[in-house]
Formats: sequence, structure tokens, C-alpha cells
Amino acid sequence: MTGLAGAHLPLIAAVLAAYLGVALLAALLHRRTLIFVYPACLLIALVACATDLSAVLGSVNESARLPFGLPTVGLRFHLDALAAYFGFIVNLGLVSASLYGLGFDKRTELSGRIEPFFPAFAMAMNLVLIADDAFAFLFSWELMSLTSWLLVVARHDDADNRKAGHVYLVMAAIGTVALLFAFGGLAGPAGGYAFEVIRSHRPDAVVSGLVLAAAIVGAGSKAGIMPLHAWLPLAHPAAPSHVSALMSGVMTKVAIYGLIRIVFDLLGPPVWWWSLPFILLGALTAVGGLLYAIVDQDLKRVLAYSTIENIGIIFVGIGLAVAFKATGLNAAAGVAMAAALLHALNHSIFKSLLFLGSGVVLHATGRRDFDGLGGLIHTMPRTAFCWLIGALSISALPPFNGFVSEWLLFQSVLAGPAFPEPILRFLSPMVGAMLALAAGLAAACFVRAFGIVFLGRPRSPEAMAAHEAPVEQVAALGLLTALCVLGGLFGSTIAGVLSPLLVELAGSALPGQGAGPTPFSLVAFSAERSIYDAPVIALFVALSATMTALLVHWVSARRVRRAPAWDCGFPEPSPATQYTASSFGQPLRRVYGTLLFGASEHIDMPAPGDNRPARLTVAMTDYLWCGLYAAPANAVLELSVRLNVLQFLTIRRYLVFMFVALIVLLLVTASWI
Amino acid sequence: MLATLLALAAQGIQMILVLAVAPAVSGVTRKVKAQLMRRQGAPVIQGYRDLLKLVRKEVVLATNASWFFRSAPYVIFAATWVAAALVPTFASGLMFNWAADVVALVALLGAARALLALAAMDVGTSFGGIGSSREMMIATLAEPAMLLVVLTLALSAGTTRLPGVADFFIGQPLTVRVSLALAMLALVIVALAENARIPVDNPATHLELTMVHEAMVLEYSGRHLAMIEAASQLKLVLYMSLIICLFVPFGMATASAGPVEWFVGGFAYAAKLATCAVVLGVWEVSVAKMRVFRVTDLLAGALVFAFLAILFAFLSKEVLP
Repeated sequence: MTGLAGAHLPLIAAVLAAYLGVALLAALLHRRTLIFVYPACLLIALVACATDLSAVLGSVNESARLPFGLPTVGLRFHLDALAAYFGFIVNLGLVSASLYGLGFDKRTELSGRIEPFFPAFAMAMNLVLIADDAFAFLFSWELMSLTSWLLVVARHDDADNRKAGHVYLVMAAIGTVALLFAFGGLAGPAGGYAFEVIRSHRPDAVVSGLVLAAAIVGAGSKAGIMPLHAWLPLAHPAAPSHVSALMSGVMTKVAIYGLIRIVFDLLGPPVWWWSLPFILLGALTAVGGLLYAIVDQDLKRVLAYSTIENIGIIFVGIGLAVAFKATGLNAAAGVAMAAALLHALNHSIFKSLLFLGSGVVLHATGRRDFDGLGGLIHTMPRTAFCWLIGALSISALPPFNGFVSEWLLFQSVLAGPAFPEPILRFLSPMVGAMLALAAGLAAACFVRAFGIVFLGRPRSPEAMAAHEAPVEQVAALGLLTALCVLGGLFGSTIAGVLSPLLVELAGSALPGQGAGPTPFSLVAFSAERSIYDAPVIALFVALSATMTALLVHWVSARRVRRAPAWDCGFPEPSPATQYTASSFGQPLRRVYGTLLFGASEHIDMPAPGDNRPARLTVAMTDYLWCGLYAAPANAVLELSVRLNVLQFLTIRRYLVFMFVALIVLLLVTASWI
Repeated sequence: MLATLLALAAQGIQMILVLAVAPAVSGVTRKVKAQLMRRQGAPVIQGYRDLLKLVRKEVVLATNASWFFRSAPYVIFAATWVAAALVPTFASGLMFNWAADVVALVALLGAARALLALAAMDVGTSFGGIGSSREMMIATLAEPAMLLVVLTLALSAGTTRLPGVADFFIGQPLTVRVSLALAMLALVIVALAENARIPVDNPATHLELTMVHEAMVLEYSGRHLAMIEAASQLKLVLYMSLIICLFVPFGMATASAGPVEWFVGGFAYAAKLATCAVVLGVWEVSVAKMRVFRVTDLLAGALVFAFLAILFAFLSKEVLP
């Protein structure tokens, strides 16, 4: 990779320019010709992926400065291994989304409201990653928010989408304001907004605490950390599916990048208490996101809630890495950071896969509500297979990629007794318990989602008439599926590639290849302590499954007779007799839902002789939404109605007000000085 | 060369052993239950006969069963088999013993369970759905409890490799530790729940509204059912081996042992397994099955025990190297 030395940043700049060029060109074109956006983006994203990969492998450190931007600061850009790694995640998501886009119907599925903004969104995300001063960062961050907002409201004829766009805009604004404060605190009174200057001086404890809080609000709200998550399940499903994949799989990772950049790079050497908000919020988010997901009835919204959960897991990894690093336990910090970074990559892969798969389902049936789907495994076998692998990966089941990061995270939790701080020693088993609970809930959530959508019998005529996706879209799903499998089998290789980055961030990497019994053993701490060897386990399972199948077929009569379902002797032809998503979720709702949602069931059983049908009604309240979002919004509304009278006063009143305001201000200023 | 061959043979024996004893263990439990109820009961080898009969019979497949329904039993069986073979039985120092990571083991079982729950939903009957949804609800409590238990023990032993944990406890003097006692209690409850035993589920019932595991496999027949049955028998052996290996590993051959110690270990393992099977039989006739929503109280109890166990282990543990 030496041939590219020094050329990575210019290449990335060329990629940015190309994305921008495609966006501008698309803005000038008409409907049918818009299809060119996707092959163009695919090509650009492939180049960007290769460049980022080479930059990660070469641990590059390249900077550039443009003569505009803030006075004296200029516009600074910088590419290092961290930015390149997240750049790889972003562009990999773009490769799959563009490949998916290739399958769109030229006549019906393109719109001037979507295609021009797709490359613009791609450019903005790439720009955030290479920003090297506060202005460039905030500018590109805001660009990313706005372009994604435009994509969310692209189908604004739907009232739900308009509401989603509204909530997203408000949350994005709050997030950016918080980040503005964070960078203000980092820059200090001297106002050194270049990251280079920020690194050279260290804020004191109070300021660093405030910066941390602002950064968590700013970047955390974009990532979807609870309780700042409310916009995510509204906005992610509202966008077209390939954009949902980008927002959920990739944009949340850009937010994670922002946090890592601030906490591990700009804020200086970590202090142990910085880890507390990450660990606590992360653990609560991991469980909370799933509790929402297991009671929801909308395929894409379930995926958005599951994104919240996965962000929680990444947060826990970051928090543990901060805590271990601050207390000098670098080996454990390396394991936790590896878990966080790998999970960021893995989640981007399987979440893109699941969202794109849901896009295929949505296109084939026109529905994304669980009650209208079912039996798609017969009509869309390839999509079903890919979705199944994605569902198993996201449930952290071996040998797929989700389990690799989960395993590393559990290993780092086990290093918890070494903490010198009692609070952390107490917190780590609690985090372990929450993560274990989240793993169990994730499996339940995705068994429900896959089982209801793809298995069973079709619940609507649309689901019955479904058809397989175009070959390009199946190829996009296949690519991501292959990555889920490869990432699961060769997690140790990926961790090996990340070693220099891990050393830089956490002070220590995982024991490399050769530490374990086979070249692909993932080793945490030491080979005596913990080894996860996915290829060996997968090989054992595959071999014994094949051997058993052959043996059993050899012994058995091989006869298969098709007959109506047994169903205890009374098969009922109506698909309405199947378990639905809500009946599947009922036990879970009863066990977990009473706490978070105040779920209650009311049975209306008519008296004997009464002809009314019996009814079961379920009442649930989203306390978080009511308390944290609806209540303040109502208060603002209420206040503005009250203050409305001020709009209709006479000129004399206004003059009096101005005079009083002047006096008050003068008094305040006088007493201040 | 000879040592390698011997090690490979021991690994092979381990895989065959768990498979071979699995139907017998279920048979012993069934026999004990029958005898305690003053019935003659089927012979212990009935399990083998049943499996052979099922394998030979034709498969009656629901008209709308998909490829997933037909291939899942083999994967479920294989995953459970590999998981069962990873738990040390007669010796801890086998060739692939390093692959037996506790977290991976729990996750492997989780994968088998998820596939079974999905297969139950494939035909689209209400019984499959009811079994699947209850199984996953139970699993959301049982799986974290089990994970916490194995992590507690891993923490005490300083390794997450199962044979390493067993080796550690063989070398320890016999003492009662609070965290270990709590962990064992939790693991026993989880084992009862995961194997669909009383009081969580009744393996002998076919009363539709109370069953969990049986509801899931209702649509299976022939060789597919044989695979599922064999997998659940293996799972029972797995949990018994796990409890034996973690809490009473004494007699097990350690890492440097040869064939003689393996024989001793084998006999010790057989004796302990038989004891477990008898105790399970006695337990099953002495308690009643719980209502489905009472089960969550029991499992939440297991989760709390497991959490307390790991908490004590964390707070009392000296710093790991």
C-alpha cells in the first residue's frame, strides 16, 4: 500500500467532489435519467472503500488546509486510521445501498426528491469524518442532518412522514446546538477551533464534564441513545428503504465516530467517571430499545428500535474502554474498544441487510405492517434466506458476525473485578446482566420478525401475490449476507487489521494471530484465558449436520408425503388463525411491558345470552415520549398561546415595554460590574 | 504421532459418547418416574427404539412447509450435538478443548433454540406460534441467567474456557461458597426450563394449552422428528454434564491424563449422570407443573440468583492477571 502514501486524502477529496458532482447533475436531470445516480455512486463508493481500507492498513496521517472557513483557522481536513475505518463503514453501506438502487424501476421508482439528495447525503457523511476543525465538523454534521432530513420528508404526502420530519428536525437542531457548546468548551476562552489546537490544551474537570455531557447529547441524539431516541423510529422508517439502511446502519456510526473523536482524541487523557454516562445510558438503551421493538407492529420500525439497542451496546463498549483506559487496564480497554469498533462495523452490515430486505418486502407487497405479511419464504426464497442470516447475526448467534463483538464485550465485562473504583466494580456485573438480557430479547425480537414476515401463511392478498426482487437488489442482499458470514468466521482477522487503531485509542490491541491454536482464533487477553474459534465451531456443526443428514437419509425410507397441516387434528384453512405479531409478543408484553409501557389488557366478555362479540383491548402508554417529548412540546405551545396577546398591543404599550426593558438591562449591567 | 491419534480418538469418543448415552438418560428418568408412580414403565432402551422407528417412518409434511422447515432439524441437531460435545465429560484435556468457550456454548444453544422456534412458525398453525412465543419468552429470562452463571464460574476460575474452569475446580478444596451455591441454584432452574421439564413444561403432556416444547414440534414427523427428539435428549445430557463439570468435576481426567485416567473419569461421569437422571425423575413426580405466567416468576428468581452470584463474585474476586 506504499504506492498510495500521501494520496489518500486527495483521493477522498476526489470522492467527495464526485459525490457532489453526481448530486448536482441529478438535480438538473429528469426522472428516467436519474437512474445514473446509482451506478455512479456504486463506483465512487467502491473507490472510497478501497481508499479507506488502504488508509486503515497503512495507519495514515494526512492533513490538508484550505484558505477559507473560519478566519485564522481555515478549513482543515485530516485523515487518520479512525476516520478511515468509519469511512470504510460509511462507504460499504453506500456500496450496498447503491447496488440496491440499481434495481429500481426507471419509470416508476425514481424521483427528483430522492435521487439528487442520495449522493449529497453520502458526501456529507464522508465530509464529517475528515473534518479537522470545529467549523468544518459542525458544517458537515449539519449538512448530513439536512440532506437526510430531505430524504425523510421525500414522501411528504403522508402525514406520518411529515411528523417524522418535524421531530427529526427539532432533534437534529438540539443535537447540533449541544455539539456547538461541546466544541465551545473544547476550544476554551482562547477560541482555538482547530482540532490540533484543541488537542494541545486540556480543559479542567468541570469544563470536561460539561463538554462530555454536551457531546453525549449532541452525538448521542444522532446515534439514538435513550432517552434521545424518539426521532429514530419515526424518521428511519419514513425514508425510502435504501436511505433507511444508510441512516440506521451508517449515519448512527458517524455519530459514534464523533463521540470517539471527542472523548478519545480531543478531550485528553480519560478520567474514570467519564465512562459512567456511557455505561449507564448504553445498558439502559440496549434493553430499552428491544422492549420497544418486541411490542411494535411495523417491520421497519422494529428495525429502527433494534438500531437503538445496538447503539446501546456500542456505547457500553466505549464506556468500558474509557473506564479501563483511565484506570490503566490497557489490555481490557483494548478488548472493550475492539468490541465497540467491530460492533459498529457489524451492525452497519446486518442492519443495512435487514433494511434493504425490508425494502424488498415493502416493494413486493406494499406493506410493512406485520399483520399484512407472512409466508414470503415461498415467493421470495432468496430474500428470505438473506434476511434469516441477518436476523441470526443481529441476535448475536454464532457463527455470524454479531456474536464476535458480543463475545468480546462479555470478555471485557469479565475484566471488571480489576477496577480500582468500587462504583465501576459494582456496575460491571450489572452491565453484564443487562447485556445478557438484551441478547435474549434480541433473539425473541428477531424470531418474531422473521417468523411473522417470512414464515407461516400469507395474511393478506398482497403478501400472497409477492414476487422476488430484481437481481441487483438480491445481489446487494447477497453481498451483505456474505459479509455477515465472513465477518463472523474471520473476526480475528478484522481485529488484527484494527490493531494499530486499537493501540492508538485504547493503548493495547488484542493478542494477534498466532496467539491462539489456529490462525483464525479470536483471543481475548491470552490463549489460556479466552478463545473463540468460529471456523472450528462452524466446521464442526456443518460437518456433523451433513454427516447426520446423509446417514439418516441412508437409513430412512426417504419417503415424503405432503398432507394438510396436522394442527392437532383440526387444521383451519383461514390464515387468520395463525399466531400474529401481537399474539407472539403477548407473553413478552405481559412480562416486560407492564413496567415500561404500563401495558394492561382489558377483556370485555359479554354475559351469557348476549350476542356481542368478546373483545380484548390492550392499552399501552409510551411514558418516555409523554414525559420527555410531548410534555415540553405542549408547554411551549401553551406558553406561545399565552404570549400571543403581546402581538396585538398598541404602539404606546410597546414603547413602555421597550423603556422598561432598557431600564432593567441597565440595572443588571450596573449591578454585574 | 501416537499421542495425536490418541487425542483425536479421545475427542471422537467424547462426541460419540454424548450421542450414545443421550436416549438412555431420558430413558432412566422416564423409568424412575414410572416406577415411582407404581407403573412398570418402558425399558430404558426404549429411547433408542423410538429414534430408529422415527427415522424409518415416512415423513408427512404439511403442504405449505418450506425448505427451512425441512433443513432446520439437522442444523438444530448438529448445533446441540457440538455444544454437548464441547462440555467436558470424562476428561478436560481433550484435543479441541480450547474451543469450549462458555459464552460460545450458551450462544450455540441459543442458535439451536432460535431455529427451532422459527421452524415451529413455518407451517402457520396456532400451536406452532404458541409454542414458539412461549419458548422465546422463557428464553429471554433463562438465557441471561445461564450466561451470568457461566460468567460467574469463569470469573472464579480466571478463564472462560470450560475445561479450564473444570480443571480449576478439581484443584480446589471442597468448600461452600455463596456465589457458587447461588449459581448452581440458578443453573438448575435454567436447566429445568431449557429442557422443558416440570415445573416449567411437561415432557409427557400433549394438552395443547399448557405445552411449550411439544407445541413447537407438533408438525414434525418421521426422521425430522427423530432429529428434534435426539437434539432435546442431547440437550438434557448437555445440561447435566455442565452441572457435573462445573460443580462436581471430581474424578474427571485432567489435561495431562492418559487412557487409564480416562477410564476412571468415564466411570465417574456415568455414575454422576445416572444420579442426575434419577434425581430428575424423583423431582418430576414430586412437583406440579406451573401456569405459564407463574414460570416467569421462577425464572426471574433464577435471574436474580445468577445476578447475585456474579455480583458476589465481582466484589470478592481478587484482581485477575
